[in-house]
Amino acid sequence: MCLAVPGRVVEIAEENGTRMATVDFGGVVKEVCLEYLPDLQVGEYAIVHVGFALQRLDEESAKQTLELFAQLGMLQEEFGDPWEQAAEAGGAPWPFEDDESDTVADPAVVGPVDGGHVSREARQ
Amino acid sequence: MKYIEEFQDPELARRLLDDIHATVTRPWALMEVCGGQTHTIIRHGIDQLLPDQVELIHGPGCPVCVTPLEVIDKALEIASRPDVIFCSFGDMLRVPGTGRDLFQVRSEGGDVRVVYSPLDALKIARQNPGKEVVFFGIGFETTAPPNAMTVHQARKLGIRNFSLLVSHVRVPPAIEAIMQSPSCRVQGFLAAGHVCSVMGMGEYPGLAARHRVPIVVTGFEPLDILEGVRHAVRQLERGEHTVDNAYARAVRPEGNPAAIAMLEDVFEVTDRAWRGIGVIPDSGWRLSERYREHDAEHRFSVTDITTREPAECRSGEVLQGLIKPNQCEAFGTTCTPRNPLGATMVSSEGACAAYYLYRRLDLTPVRATDPIARTAPLEASPVV
Repeated sequence: MCLAVPGRVVEIAEENGTRMATVDFGGVVKEVCLEYLPDLQVGEYAIVHVGFALQRLDEESAKQTLELFAQLGMLQEEFGDPWEQAAEAGGAPWPFEDDESDTVADPAVVGPVDGGHVSREARQ
Repeated sequence: MKYIEEFQDPELARRLLDDIHATVTRPWALMEVCGGQTHTIIRHGIDQLLPDQVELIHGPGCPVCVTPLEVIDKALEIASRPDVIFCSFGDMLRVPGTGRDLFQVRSEGGDVRVVYSPLDALKIARQNPGKEVVFFGIGFETTAPPNAMTVHQARKLGIRNFSLLVSHVRVPPAIEAIMQSPSCRVQGFLAAGHVCSVMGMGEYPGLAARHRVPIVVTGFEPLDILEGVRHAVRQLERGEHTVDNAYARAVRPEGNPAAIAMLEDVFEVTDRAWRGIGVIPDSGWRLSERYREHDAEHRFSVTDITTREPAECRSGEVLQGLIKPNQCEAFGTTCTPRNPLGATMVSSEGACAAYYLYRRLDLTPVRATDPIARTAPLEASPVV
């Protein structure tokens, strides 16, 4: 969670009085708030944490870091499906059928629960 | 140096390591503060590439790990309410509260959602005016400014169904507490780079001088760690204790003034409990009086929830650098990532999780009463 990922500003727009940017993180694109780096321009790189640009970074450093993160699978950790990651860490397959809509899961889909976590055995 | 070829720039890594080996004449214990740094160190076997005299002690810098059990229980209580949409970062989903976690709350029908940014939670609040939307605001100085801005925006836009469950913590008071502990062995710090990207370095010279301890602002990539160790060892060998910036590409001495100003507007400093450690004076933030209507603890009357941490979990000692994860009797037996006793095993930045992922099969069992032992050399590829 303390991970901050370098990204390149692709586009800047005002949203509800807030300076926002579209930022490219090595192929993954996210909306990012620029209020803490208000003079950041299109084409520049910044370190971004939980959707906020926090500090400028030079292009070479940013590219090196992104390349390293991609090699280590850290971009997947940062931008992948967190429910799926949590389920895997807990030893269970993806337990919810409605990850797109984010609505309440049907407990029947989840299966029996063991020790506070969905048990892999219960689903096999 | 068998893993050096895995470094992004093996030649530079070799030069840094050669320099460290050539500089060290005595044993030194350095603490890396950031959990991301701990994972880099264990993942790349950096501690084993260093001279035997240089010991790396893992510090308390994992925000998920230090969030107190009672705050998790408050989150679970709020998230279980039918009128609430509870938003969190993904790494909080499986952190155990008393008996269950957010993952289970959702499986039981709670509307728990994972967001990438706190601003996403604010968007959900605008889209769901009939619901109470609560964001789980944990983290260090890197995460607090985004959360502060989000509360500020909620107030500015008049979004009244948005609140924050706050458990923010500050690094410098934790360093102070570690140095004041009678059992402290730390002689130098690798400070958390991204915390300093926001806060700058202003709080560190006083700490370094007061405790005669070098503090090196360090990034979290493998070469950053080696560079940080090199700076710290050089200072220690010379008898110096100043603040160095070994992460200048991302850290300016003044930090990010706009972020600091927002923090000071939205939050006020308070005493905070750290999971496994206890209360550290002035080590956290809470919402200031002006923003109290966005404080979820008050809105949902969960201020009275108190809990006891399980005695068998020794994560507090791990977080203070007093034991290594494999010196806990529960490590890898009754405590695993699938069935964690504490957050240090479940968090992606936790020291116990790092040892479990990368060292589990290489560790010689260590009794809890043994003094801190260096772990056995890594012989196999990371176990995932």
